[in-house]
Amino acid sequence: MLKGGRSLERGVSLRSGARVEDALERLGHEPLPIDAGGDLVKRLVAEQPDVVFVAMHGPGGEDGTVQELLEILGLPFTGPGVAACARCIDKVLAKHELRGDGVPTPDWFAFNETAFRELGAADALGELEQRLGFPLVVKPSRGGSALGVKFAASWFEVPEALVSAFSYDERVLLERFVEGRELAVSVLGGEPLPIVEAIPGDGDRYDFEARYEIGRTGFACPAELGEAEAAAVRGAALGAYAALGCSGFSRVDLILGQDGPQVLEVNAIPGLTDTSLLPQAAEAAGMSFEQLVEKILELALKPAAA
Amino acid sequence: MEETPHRRRAHTRSRDLERYAGLFAARTGVMRSSAMRDLMAVTARPEVISLAGGLPDTSTFPASTFAAQMTRIAQESTAEALQYGPTEGFAETVDCILEVMGAEGMLPDPDDVIVTTGGQQAIDLVCKTLVDPGDVVICEAPTYPGAVPVFCSYQAETIQIECDGDGMRIDELEAVLERLDSEGRRPKFVYTVPSFQNPAGVTMSLERRRRLVELARLHELLVVEDNPYGLLRFGGEPLPPLYQLDGGDFVIYIGTLSKILSPGIRLGWAVAPPPVMEKIVLGKQASDLCTSTLTQHFVREYFGEGRWREYIADLVEIYRGRRDVMIEALREHFPAQASWTEPQGGLFIWATLPEYIDTSDLLAKALREDVAFVPGQAAFVDEGRGRNSMRLNFSGVGDEEIREGVRRIGKAIAEQVDLYDALTVENRPEDSPGMPQGSPGMPGREAEDMPADVKTKPSSGPGHDLIPPGPDEGAVLPFRRKEGTA
Repeated sequence: MLKGGRSLERGVSLRSGARVEDALERLGHEPLPIDAGGDLVKRLVAEQPDVVFVAMHGPGGEDGTVQELLEILGLPFTGPGVAACARCIDKVLAKHELRGDGVPTPDWFAFNETAFRELGAADALGELEQRLGFPLVVKPSRGGSALGVKFAASWFEVPEALVSAFSYDERVLLERFVEGRELAVSVLGGEPLPIVEAIPGDGDRYDFEARYEIGRTGFACPAELGEAEAAAVRGAALGAYAALGCSGFSRVDLILGQDGPQVLEVNAIPGLTDTSLLPQAAEAAGMSFEQLVEKILELALKPAAA
Repeated sequence: MEETPHRRRAHTRSRDLERYAGLFAARTGVMRSSAMRDLMAVTARPEVISLAGGLPDTSTFPASTFAAQMTRIAQESTAEALQYGPTEGFAETVDCILEVMGAEGMLPDPDDVIVTTGGQQAIDLVCKTLVDPGDVVICEAPTYPGAVPVFCSYQAETIQIECDGDGMRIDELEAVLERLDSEGRRPKFVYTVPSFQNPAGVTMSLERRRRLVELARLHELLVVEDNPYGLLRFGGEPLPPLYQLDGGDFVIYIGTLSKILSPGIRLGWAVAPPPVMEKIVLGKQASDLCTSTLTQHFVREYFGEGRWREYIADLVEIYRGRRDVMIEALREHFPAQASWTEPQGGLFIWATLPEYIDTSDLLAKALREDVAFVPGQAAFVDEGRGRNSMRLNFSGVGDEEIREGVRRIGKAIAEQVDLYDALTVENRPEDSPGMPQGSPGMPGREAEDMPADVKTKPSSGPGHDLIPPGPDEGAVLPFRRKEGTA
């Protein structure tokens, strides 16, 4: 049971890990929790586990780093492989993949810090208004949850938003803001689970705080959608899952706007806390948390089943 | 630990979440802050230099003294130390409290004193006694971050009054009182940390102290004076506490031993006029019956040795040195656009950065360099205020760590300042060229740093790659530097 680590989502990961660990015990397994740190490889070699459950979020645990180590050690692990993790964690790379495969995703520009510091990229930002319009969303390319995500309502707010986003990653994207319903489709072994809709309370944006606080955000599962709408959303989600090469499980976040669903990002290892969307979706599909955990393990041990 | 099966409750299912959410009191809706908690979870890593805490240095407390005192309690007072005690606290504990208050010139009636579980409980009890949902509470901007969740949980409407180098702006307070008066509203109390304020490090001037006490009498409103740091003065002349100036008619006083003995013993107190005290005692009874009797015995033993003043004098020397180190480091490593307070006591420095820097985001960047501070936002009730400020603690870590921590934060800030300069036009040469074609580092050309098995498809479709403007369409940017960012 790998959890914790050094990423900013450490706290969330510890909560995900605690829930999974408990479910594993109830299922009769013998989970060994490891807070991923400097002794990770040593401990894995010493313990030789049958399978590694990766409940880590953010850079380090969700970006292919830990997965690469597990492959070197020849240990089966849960969730997507190295390549899929690396694509999902990097929103810019992921969006290129999605576009390449014809999966709808909002228009964007991407910049790294060097472009501004050394190449005068600020002069190119004038293109933004025509191409993306305002408001636009500024976000770090790598970084989970909504940390560092800012909305810029006008030119005036762009530099400040960029400074914030660059605090989390050396590459940021500026994305067209798509108004619409916020949906999440969890995919388990290639099959979509019921669609969850996030309904922000008090006009709150669906932000980091709301994501992890019980009662701050309302959820509807399954989301109330027409059959055609639901099919389009599921189609986009499965397209994204395939385009990024995911396996095991993942969660696709989308906006359902006027022109249909647009994929915002794919979380290679979505949260498994009390307020997380994947467990809620599984429950709506009639799966208990234990059954969900068991299924994830099965998929890790028999990848062909995916 | 691993042997114990099922020590955690079962997974909460979404219908449980809904059920709980339906049961929550309205006040939980205004309780805040999990993002901050999550960031703070990262600051607990051992390799992180934390300038975020409010920790006093307890390393100099002699272990032998501690052992001798606890042994004496065990030998002489086991039964009483393990039993419940009076809600108001033991009379002997109150005697110790009177000694501490006497050191700052205050002479309260012992019957006006209640022993609390830390100063934090005293804040909670005062609110419990005085605040109904929607009542107005006034405090400083910034205010003690630990008071914010208390005010929020009692659903107070909190108004924060700006501070400057002389503490709370009393002229602004007067304007607010007048406005409230014209609306037929009266604030329940004004909460202030007048000496070496947490987080700002500033001290209210004597003139303002006098005026505040006058206003309290004039408007018949209560002032809650929270004074954890008054005895930790390293420079300047001591100033009389508000309680002393007022005589205790309109000032509720809150004290604590956390910063002059130990925060772990959780011993604080409140002093209030008898009618208010009567209600506070009832509130305390409902909360926890009494403050730990074991702790109170320890305090009695400690004060009995008569060396508490020397211990404070030692702490003051340590903190003076650390403050000097931190200020020197700030001068060396923080950019010219930053400013900070230079406290004459207490534990904290408050630094203010250019307006475009959000210190919550800066914290994320700083954490990658293994250093932490408290983002200014924590000291404000309204989200959005204090975003470009930070609290730095100099009491909890040694000189070397202070220097290194400030250096790392300074580097992170400098990077943000440079970036902002690069992003705004005023700092850029007029004839700065458009971006050259095929510049490296643009999307689609960055795959080198990805693992080898990641394939990058050629990008297609319009509008998602940065296409630099040609020379004739070089965009005129409406970016301007924000006003007043110096």
